[in-house]
Amino acid sequence: MSTSEQAAAPPRPDGAAAGRGPSAARRRTLRRRRWSWSVAAYVLVLPAAVFYIAFVLVPIVRSVQYSMYRWDGIRPATWAGFANYVEVFNNATLVGSILNAFELILYFSIVPVVIGLFAANLIRAIATSRLATVARTVLFLPQVIPLVAAGIMWTWQLSTDGMVNQLMKLVGLGGLTRAWLGDTQTALPAVGVIGAWVQLGLCLLLLLAGMTKIDPALYEAARIDGAGPVREFFSITLPSLRQEIAVALTVTVISALASFDIIYISTQGGPANSTLVPGLQIYYLAFFEREIGTASALAIVLMVLVLLVVLPMQRILRGRDG
Amino acid sequence: MIVSARETWLGRALLILLMVITILPFVSLFITALHEPGTYPGGLVWPAQPHWDNFVLAFQSARMLELLWSSVLIELGVVPVALLIATLAGFALGHLKPFAGRIVFIAFILGLTLPFEGIIVPLYYQMRDLGLLNTRWAIILPLIGLFMPFAVTWMRAHFVNMPEDVSEAARIDGATTWQLFWRIHVPLSVPALSSLAILLFLWTWNQFLLAVVLVDDPTKRTMAGALGAFQGQWGTDVPLLCAGSLLILTPTLLVFLVFQRQFVAALLQGSVKG
Repeated sequence: MSTSEQAAAPPRPDGAAAGRGPSAARRRTLRRRRWSWSVAAYVLVLPAAVFYIAFVLVPIVRSVQYSMYRWDGIRPATWAGFANYVEVFNNATLVGSILNAFELILYFSIVPVVIGLFAANLIRAIATSRLATVARTVLFLPQVIPLVAAGIMWTWQLSTDGMVNQLMKLVGLGGLTRAWLGDTQTALPAVGVIGAWVQLGLCLLLLLAGMTKIDPALYEAARIDGAGPVREFFSITLPSLRQEIAVALTVTVISALASFDIIYISTQGGPANSTLVPGLQIYYLAFFEREIGTASALAIVLMVLVLLVVLPMQRILRGRDG
Repeated sequence: MIVSARETWLGRALLILLMVITILPFVSLFITALHEPGTYPGGLVWPAQPHWDNFVLAFQSARMLELLWSSVLIELGVVPVALLIATLAGFALGHLKPFAGRIVFIAFILGLTLPFEGIIVPLYYQMRDLGLLNTRWAIILPLIGLFMPFAVTWMRAHFVNMPEDVSEAARIDGATTWQLFWRIHVPLSVPALSSLAILLFLWTWNQFLLAVVLVDDPTKRTMAGALGAFQGQWGTDVPLLCAGSLLILTPTLLVFLVFQRQFVAALLQGSVKG
């Protein structure tokens, strides 16, 4: 289209605009077209933007606003400045909930990613087999059911009469059995087990998918050069999976910091706040203790923490997209 | 690839072990659901007399039909609208590339990592002021907004990767922007759209926080939200609770098993793009 236009445009006789005439005209039509496209584009973006602004951006701004007030949700609010934030960082329970969320990263992210890496490395050789295809379906089951269902399921498994204790008795560890979710020492790791169970399949399959993209010639070369499995893992597999690992960590870290469903169902934050997390604490503060200001300050802190933890990982990801 | 038999064997064994760990809780849930109501059975002991009627009892007391219907209504409110408006926006930002489009796109990306708890308090008051508290709209409207960062990013990525020649050819043939979108791009986007639809379906069905906070009546919630209420009601009767939980997770499991290939692909891609 553009070339035919250029060829058809007659050379101008008046000399002044000669040479730049046709291209200027073309630029003008392009600019006009781009302008009309822009208008059309913004009309098309509008519906999505309206929903996003109304139900995400406005609430974020309001959260910031609420966090500056002392308010019980009924009577008029009074200005509090940063008092609510001071409260978030000075109240032992609130600080504890944030620390618990960070400990959950260990169980929700680090454990599934490490086990996933280890397992994927062993499974790599049979990644295209029939068994592996079946495994893809089976290992995704925990991702598909509601987290609430995972919570109910595991609350029962981890109870005094549950499967976990039964299996432990079976292998002669009967002396260690307990109500895992009811003990302040074990409740948080027990909740972590649920999270790890949910995330393991996703992490494993994500890493496996990444591994199938590695050129097999690299492994053959490494073997010929006499590299063992350990050497192979650290010099070929791990560097090639940098991006998949970043993805797995991003997804699971967000789910750890923003955990709510599993904990609401399995422990409600107890015993003695040992599994309390910010998400649950926001819910309690706002809807039971009617401390809207403190709840909102905690909400803002949670959002900032998620961003602070996730952004560095996104930088690694961006490297791939170019 | 040079692989020793021992490694292959080890890989298979490990894969089976991981599958067993994944499946065992489901099996235990099922076996427990067959025990006599009101008892505390061992997690892996088959009952002397399986109480299959527990499922009927749970079906009735959980008001399963109402719950299913409620979830379907919420899905119908969320998924088609979210798909449509995200596709329009994705096409606009990815294909038309308007002035300052990048800024708009970055504004959407900002919401990508947002924990829902971060805005649940203002959403509650917003819904109260709109008079929508305790209606399904209180779940539907915010969910559409909350899905936009991911959905728009997803669709934009799809349209950015579409080859330019297709659109250029259509333009030469005199297609307007709307025709170009509707007749050329949308038919070519079916795989991207169906993956997104699957993810949005799943996330809506499993949405718990919004359901619990914004809707009191369990029969107007999502399936996951209703399950939470069911636990509160039957928390002390373990076999019945297990039966109810199984009933409530069956619909997702069925949908998953039918569309499993697309599901797995969508979940993997979804986490990559998210």
